Amino acid sequence: MANRDLTPAERVALARHPGRPGTADFIAALISDFFEQRGDRFFGDDGSILGGVGLFHGRPVTVIGHRKGKTLEEHMAYNFGMPSPEGYRKAQRLLRQAEKFRRPVITFIDTSGAYPGLEAEARGQGEAIAETLALLSSLTVPVISVVTGEGGSGGALALGVGNRVLMLENAVYSVLSPEGFASILWKDASRSAEACEVMKLTAADLLSMGVIDAVIPEPEGGAHENPHVLYQVLDTTLVRELGALEKQSGAALAAGRYKKFRAMGLNAVRKERT
Amino acid sequence: MSNINILAQRRQKLLALKALRSSPVVPAHKEEACPSCGKLVARRDLSDHHYVCPLCGYHHPVGAYYRLSLVLDKGTFRELEVNLISNDPLQFPDYKDKLDQARRRTGMGEGVVTALGRIGGYLVAVGALDSRFLMGSMSAALGEKVTRLIEYAGKNKLPLILFSASGGARMQEGILSLMQMAKTAAALERFSRKGGFYISVLTHPTTGGVTASFASLGDILLAEPGALIGFAGPRVIEQTIGQKLPEGFQRAEYLLEHGFLDAVVPRDRLRDVLIQLLRLHGKGGDIRG
Ligand SMILES: [Zn+2]
Repeated sequence: MANRDLTPAERVALARHPGRPGTADFIAALISDFFEQRGDRFFGDDGSILGGVGLFHGRPVTVIGHRKGKTLEEHMAYNFGMPSPEGYRKAQRLLRQAEKFRRPVITFIDTSGAYPGLEAEARGQGEAIAETLALLSSLTVPVISVVTGEGGSGGALALGVGNRVLMLENAVYSVLSPEGFASILWKDASRSAEACEVMKLTAADLLSMGVIDAVIPEPEGGAHENPHVLYQVLDTTLVRELGALEKQSGAALAAGRYKKFRAMGLNAVRKERT
Repeated sequence: MSNINILAQRRQKLLALKALRSSPVVPAHKEEACPSCGKLVARRDLSDHHYVCPLCGYHHPVGAYYRLSLVLDKGTFRELEVNLISNDPLQFPDYKDKLDQARRRTGMGEGVVTALGRIGGYLVAVGALDSRFLMGSMSAALGEKVTRLIEYAGKNKLPLILFSASGGARMQEGILSLMQMAKTAAALERFSRKGGFYISVLTHPTTGGVTASFASLGDILLAEPGALIGFAGPRVIEQTIGQKLPEGFQRAEYLLEHGFLDAVVPRDRLRDVLIQLLRLHGKGGDIRG
């Protein structure tokens, strides 16, 4: 891999790079005939989650991902990629359709976290994330999740219960942003670089812990330096992974996903006589 | 006396002892100021009222064993997975010491107690989180104990009751803490699809990853009066939006009004409400295999 010597803090910076390709770019590069589906049918449409149906190498797939946007107007419109409950409920709607129409699901994860706002709480941010986790865990179609940038907290995980969880080389995935982590644990957000070191949030760390299944290499200097190279690698990887999953029955896919997440943290517990 | 009675008595004694240690800290003096109304309340009055202020109704947070002693039939408490504890997976600085302190202070191995017991004669799988154990934060061990309880309930076709109280993620376990949200939610979804009946009781405070996973996935959602319930904590929200939050925001009554709870139930009514719900549901739906 081309970016072997970067520190965790440097990878966090790359994961947040304003030019880094996001969900909209991956859809444009990899999916043809894409139709964006909007709205949660309850309250509104949350642009910070982009979703719809399109063709991946000729077969229909449901694609759902966080969207930060590239310009200031887009950042505002998409709330810097921090979803509200409407975003997660839109995702649930699309996931139910994927199940109904037997379409594989591809998710792209890139958010600093779910939006911690007054309206988001009033409309049940916690419930929306919980229901998305439960639904995604039970689907009987293939689900591939790719952490592409920042994977922050429950707002990221809500789209991350895949049969296969892949991660771009310079993406990060953590229980909280390094700033939030430092602020909660040490009451000092400025110690975020230190937090990056202890949090084990890089793709290599997460691969060794069994939280992700594979790392997708990025071009030298990061994905934004040569996105087309990345699209090529991502395309090849998704074809291979999807091909393997599509051989399995629906029941086996649901069972396999359950088994995978059921095992999370088993090495982190032990029995002790007290 | 029969062996069964002796066993039941022994179980009751054990729970009573643990509950005593698990009730709010007892100061040496005989009265204390209520954190809500500020008036002095006799210790004895407080313990007689299940640690609810007799003057204003403020519900003091209580420990997991005490909580279970309030709702379970006498002599029916059988703790499950009592020895399952955290392994400090990230070798996180100072975490081992923090765990040791929490264990000594609470007499618990982790931030949740899971058990088999009876409520109004109904056999149930029941768990209670304890906010005194590192804020009831979600560790891999806590997630594992909750998941084993869910699976135990599914396997034995029992109703499931969980009392939540949590500050959110266990920072020192990083991503493995986060993954417990997916694990518990997935286990509950399986349980639910088999017809399992789950009552989630949210107590003060329930926030973060616990709110955004098992605490919100009950068939019935109950909360104690005044309980703070949310995904983001109030301080983070205030910092984000740059304004003060309205009075009562994220409290149980607010959630009830916004459609996220079935009922707000005072502590002295909780056991009766649970018995009513168990009576109405039996073991749950058409529970299969
Ligand atoms: Zn009072």
